[in-house]
Amino acid sequence: MDDTIAVALRVNGRTFQGRCEPRTHLADFLRHELGLTGTHVGCEHGVCGACTVLVDGRAVRGCLMLAAQADGAEVRTVEGLAAADGTLHPLQAAFVEAHALQCGFCTPGILMTLVEVLNDTPDADEAEMREALSGNLCRCTGYQNIVKAALTAAKAVSGVRGA
Amino acid sequence: MPDAKPEAMIGRSVRRLEDPALIRGQGRFLDDLSLPGQTHAAFLRSPVAHGRIRRIDTETARTLPGVRAVLTLADLRPVLTADRLPLQFRSATLPTGITPFVLNEGEVVYVGETIALVVADSRAIAEDAAALIDLDIEELDPVADCRDALDEAGPRVYAGRADNVFSRFRQAYGDADAGFAAAAHRLSLSLKQHRGGAHPIEGRGVVASFDRFADQLTVWSSTQLAHEARGFLVELLGRDENGVRVVTPDVGGGFGAKYLFYPEEIAVAAASLLTGLPIKWVEDRREHFLAAIQERDQYWDFEAAVDADGRLLAVRGRMVSDAGAYVPQGINLAYNASTAFPGPYVLPAYDLDVFVTATNKVPTIPVRGAGYPEGTFAMERLLDAIARELGLDRAEVRRRNLVPGEAMPYRTPMASRSGSAILYDSGDFPAIFAQALERIDYAGFEARRAAAAEEGRTLGIGIACGIKGTGRGPYESGLVRIGKSGRVSVYTGAMPMGQGLKTALAQITADQLGVAPDQITVICGDTGTIPLGLGGFASRQTVTAGSSVHQAAAVVRRKVLTVASELLEAPEGDLELVNGEVRVKGTDRAITLKAVAEVVSGVPGYALPKGAEPGLEGQDPFLPTGLTYGMAAHAVEAEVDTGTGNVKLLRYVVVNDCGRAINPMLVEGQIVGGVVHGIGNALFEWMGYDDRAQPITTTLAEYLLPTCTEIPPIEVHLVEYPSPLNPLGVKGVGEAGTVPAAAAIISAVEDALREPGIRLGEVPLSPHRLYQIMRDCGRSA
Amino acid sequence: MKPAPFRYHAPRSVADAVGLLAERPGARLLSGGQSLMPMLNLRYVMPDDVIDLNRIDTLAGIAEEGGRVRIGGMTRQRDLERSPVVARHLPVMREALRWVGHIQTRNRGTIGGSLCHLDPAAELPAIAMLYDAEVSAISVRGERSIAMAEFPAFYMTPALEPDEALTAVTFTPWTGRTAFGFVEFSRRHGDFAVVSAACLLGYGPDGRIDRAALVLGGVGAAPLRLPDAEARLTGSRGTSEDFTEAAAFAERIEAMDDAHAGADYRRHLARVLTGRALAQAVARPAA
Repeated sequence: MDDTIAVALRVNGRTFQGRCEPRTHLADFLRHELGLTGTHVGCEHGVCGACTVLVDGRAVRGCLMLAAQADGAEVRTVEGLAAADGTLHPLQAAFVEAHALQCGFCTPGILMTLVEVLNDTPDADEAEMREALSGNLCRCTGYQNIVKAALTAAKAVSGVRGA
Repeated sequence: MPDAKPEAMIGRSVRRLEDPALIRGQGRFLDDLSLPGQTHAAFLRSPVAHGRIRRIDTETARTLPGVRAVLTLADLRPVLTADRLPLQFRSATLPTGITPFVLNEGEVVYVGETIALVVADSRAIAEDAAALIDLDIEELDPVADCRDALDEAGPRVYAGRADNVFSRFRQAYGDADAGFAAAAHRLSLSLKQHRGGAHPIEGRGVVASFDRFADQLTVWSSTQLAHEARGFLVELLGRDENGVRVVTPDVGGGFGAKYLFYPEEIAVAAASLLTGLPIKWVEDRREHFLAAIQERDQYWDFEAAVDADGRLLAVRGRMVSDAGAYVPQGINLAYNASTAFPGPYVLPAYDLDVFVTATNKVPTIPVRGAGYPEGTFAMERLLDAIARELGLDRAEVRRRNLVPGEAMPYRTPMASRSGSAILYDSGDFPAIFAQALERIDYAGFEARRAAAAEEGRTLGIGIACGIKGTGRGPYESGLVRIGKSGRVSVYTGAMPMGQGLKTALAQITADQLGVAPDQITVICGDTGTIPLGLGGFASRQTVTAGSSVHQAAAVVRRKVLTVASELLEAPEGDLELVNGEVRVKGTDRAITLKAVAEVVSGVPGYALPKGAEPGLEGQDPFLPTGLTYGMAAHAVEAEVDTGTGNVKLLRYVVVNDCGRAINPMLVEGQIVGGVVHGIGNALFEWMGYDDRAQPITTTLAEYLLPTCTEIPPIEVHLVEYPSPLNPLGVKGVGEAGTVPAAAAIISAVEDALREPGIRLGEVPLSPHRLYQIMRDCGRSA
Repeated sequence: MKPAPFRYHAPRSVADAVGLLAERPGARLLSGGQSLMPMLNLRYVMPDDVIDLNRIDTLAGIAEEGGRVRIGGMTRQRDLERSPVVARHLPVMREALRWVGHIQTRNRGTIGGSLCHLDPAAELPAIAMLYDAEVSAISVRGERSIAMAEFPAFYMTPALEPDEALTAVTFTPWTGRTAFGFVEFSRRHGDFAVVSAACLLGYGPDGRIDRAALVLGGVGAAPLRLPDAEARLTGSRGTSEDFTEAAAFAERIEAMDDAHAGADYRRHLARVLTGRALAQAVARPAA
C-alpha cells in the first residue's frame, strides 16, 4: 500500500524524474522531491492559492492535484518565470515596482495565476483583474498593490504584443 | 537627526531589498529548509475542549514502519526542567498554573491542545501514526463563552478552580460618579466583538537539530521572537546560551500568531535533543485554526455620561475579555483594550471593571491591533450613539471630544503596563480628522446618498478615529559593522515578517555611512549574530530597532571619520561619506570604507592609526521612555443591500500620522494591509465554536478572509508629526490600519440604514445577522 | 494535513475504470479533484483506492447532437466557460460558471465531478436541474441514463450505484425566444452560494411566457425547482407583478439551517434572488 510510484515531468523546461507515494500532492512533490521550494503551501485545502502552478499552461492548485497526475505534464513554477539571463518577467518587475508583496509567501501563487490571466485576457479591467485574483489569499498587502501591479504588467505585455 | 540632504535615503520610497529573492521564489522560509537525515513531526491533539486523559497508548503507533518515536510528556521529561511553559510576561498578579503544558498528559482544556508527538520519516507517516495512538479521554463540561465563565454555578475551565477568572482589574481615573451626577444625557451600550485568527499564509513551523559533537541545539523557527525563543529553550532545557541557537528564516507573515513561544516549539526541540534526530514540524492550516492563538472576544457593557453639548463626562461599566484556556503571555490584551478606549478623545472620568476570564478555547494574545481595535470600537460606537441621542452630526461630536492640537503632548490619566504615564507625544488630532473628512468629501455625502437612493441603492458613510501606542520598549538591539570586505552589515533582534524592515534599516544606515541601501546586509533574528533582542510586536521595530541601528551607525560613522581623518590628513569636519568612500570635501582625495575597515582590522605587529579602535563596529541601544502614538482617522462609504444584508465597501480613506516616514511606500503598504485585516474583522472573519467549545470553522472555506473582490479602493494619506521620543521621529504603523477599521465600517452600515431603532454593536457583522436586524425593524427588502 | 495512504489507479479507458470500480468497493473516483482532494488532504475521506479518470480522453468534450448538447463528465469547467457551444445554446450555464470557484479550480474542476459531489450550493447541479438534463452513467453491468430530477438521492449523494461512474450530462437547449437569469449571493466571490437562483423563460409568439424554469441552489439538500412559481409564470406576460408573485413561492420552501445561514434567511434570500433572476432575465435582450 505504501509503494512509491515514478513521476516524470518537465518543470520550467527541464526534465525531472522522481518517486513518491501516490498520496503526495504536486506542490509537495515540487518542493520536497525536486527541491523547487518557490511554490508554497498555505492551506492544503485549495483555498489560499499559494501553491498555484501552471500545468500544461493552466493555473492550478498544486495541493489539489496528485503528483502522479502530473506525470508527463509540462509544469511551470515561479522559478521559471524570469528569463534565463535573470531578467524579471514583466509581472515580477511590476510587483517589485508597485510594492505588491510584503512577506512574499503568497506571491509565487499569485504570479503564476496572473501568467495565465495575462495570457488570456491582458485587456482585463480592474474589476476583472480582481475577479481573476479572487482565488489567492494575501494577508499582508490588502491586495491593492497586487491589482495595481497586475494591471501594469498586463499593459506592458499587451503593449509588447501590440507592437 | 541626520541632515535632510537631497540624496538622503530616509524619506524615500526605496524599492525593497527583500524583493529580488522573494519575487523569484528564492525566499528561504522554514519549510524550505531540509537538513540531512531530517525527520518530520505531527502532533496528537485533544479532540475535546475539556477532558481528563485516562490513557495514552502509543504501542500501535510506534510499530508503524517509518515511525522513529512517539513521545508523550513522560518521554520528554528527562530533558525538560518543567512540564509547563513559563509565563512570557512575568507578572506578580496572576495565579500560578495557568500556562500551557509542553504536552498534556492530564486535564486537556481546549480542542487542539498538544498531547503527543510523533517523529517519522515523512509528515504523512507521522500523521498516520498519530491517528493510531489510542487516546482514552473522559470528556468534561467545557466553558464555551467567556460570559458563561462568570456563572458561579457553571463548569470550571480546569477542575478544581474556584472560579474562571484569571484576573480582574479596574481601569479607573477621575470621578465617574460626579460625571454621571452632572450629566445632561446618559447612554448605555452593549457590544460584542468576536474572536478571529491571525492567519499568516505561512503557518508556524520549527526545525530542531541537535549536534552532539558541538553540543549545540539549533532551532529554526518561523517566529516573531527569536531571542525570547532562545530564552525559553535555555530555561526549559536547562542549557546555557552557548548551547542553543535560534535562527529565523524568512517569515511568511505573523500578525501576532508568531509572537509567542509555543508548546510545539519546545516539544520538537526536546524531541531532537532526546533522539538526536533533526526534526521538522510545519503547522498546517487546520492546526493554525486549532492551536495558534486568536484574539478579540470581548464583551463591553457600559454607560456614558455626556453634557448638553455632547462632550464626554464619564464612562463606567464592565468588560469581559476571553483569555482562552491558558495565559501564555499576560493580560496585555484586556489591559490594552481598556487603555485604548479613550483613544484620541478627552474622557474626564473612567471606571471600567475588567474580567479576564478563562474558557475552554485556544488562548488569546494580540493579533494585529492588540486590544486597540476593541477599545476603539467601544468608544466609536459610543460617539455615534451620542450623535444620535443628541441629534448632532457624528463628525461634530468627534470634533467636540478630540484632544485639541494645542493640548499636545497630552498626558492621559492612565498608566501603561510598565507603570509610566500614557502620553500622546505629538500630532494634531482635529487636523488629522478634518483631513479625513475632506478627503472623502464628507460634506458632499448627503448628495451622493440621495443620488444613490434614486437608483434604489442604500449608502452610508462611516468615520472613526483611533490611536495606537507603538514602539514598545525596553529596547531593541542594533549592531552595525563594516567588515574587511567593505560590506556594511546590520544585526538586530528585530524580526521582519513582511514589513520591509530590512529595507528600512538599510535606509537608516545608508544615511549615516554614505552607502546605497542595497550595499547593506541586514540580518535579523539570529541569536548567533547578536546576543539580545525582543522581536516583532506592538508596531515597534522601526521605532526601537530603527533608532538603535541609527545610533549604532552613527557610532561607526564617528569611528570611520576618526581613522579617515588620520589617513587622509584632513580634519573630520572636512570629510564626507559618499558612495562607499570617505572624501575630503571639494577634492578628489578619498579612501574607501573597505580600506578603512582593513586598516582597523590590524596588521600583526603594527599599531592602529591614532585614536582608532579595533574593527568598525558600533552599538548604542536606544531606550524608549514611552510609547509613541500615531493617530489615524478613517472614513468609509458602504452600500447595504437591503435584500441580502450584504455590505459592499465603496471607498475607504485613511489619514494616518506615521511620524517621520522612513519609506512612505512601505508605510502605506502596512496601513492598507492593516485596514483589510480590519475589514475582515468587521464583516467576514468569524471563528465559530459550538456549545461544547468545538471549533466549527476550521478551513479557509469556512473562516472567511477577505479576498481581492471584497476590498474597496483604499486611499492612504500620510501626515508626519515627528515623535519627540526617538531620534528618528518615527511612529509605528504595523497595526495602525486595523485599529479603527471595524468601527468605521460598522458606523457606515448603521448610517446606511438610518433606522432609529438600529444600534449595531457587534462584529463581525454577517449578512445573515444584518438581515435579522433589518427584518426586526421592518427594513429588510 | 496529508492524505491517508491509498492505491492509485489511472485507467486509460472507461471499461478499465468501471472494471476497477467493480473490483474495489469503496474506491473513489478522482475527476477534477477540487472537492475530493481537499477531503483526502483533510482525511475526511480515507479510501483504499483512488481511480483517476483524468487519463481517459473520451470522457471530456462538448458535442451538439440532434439539438442536444452532450458534455462529457470530465469536461473542465474552464472549457465550458470558453465554449462557443455553451455560449450559444446554454448561456445561463456560462453565466453561472463565472460564479464557480476561481480560475485555478475551474481549470481542473469538471462538470461530472461537480454533479457527483452534489454540493447543495454548487452552480452546475443547479443548471443541470434547470434544464432537466440527463445524466449518463456506466458500470460493468451496462449504461443507463438518469433524469436530473432523480439524480440527487440524499444530501451530497447522487443516485449512482457504488460501481457506477458518470460519463456525460446531456442538455436540451431551449428553442425560440428565451430569456435567462442567474444570480447568486455568496459571501465572497467564488465561494459556494449561500443561495443562488436561476431561471429560463421561453416566450411564445404572443409575447407571453409559454415555458418557465426556476431553480434554487443552496436552500435544500439538492437544487430545488419551483413548480408553483413556474406555473404562475407560464401564460403570463412577465410583468413585475407576475415576478413578485412567482418569487413569493420561493419563500415557502423548506430550507437548510446551519451555523452560517439560518433557514429563515435562506428562504428570504430565495425570494429576493428569484425576483432578481427574473428581473435580470427580462432586462437582457432575449435571444
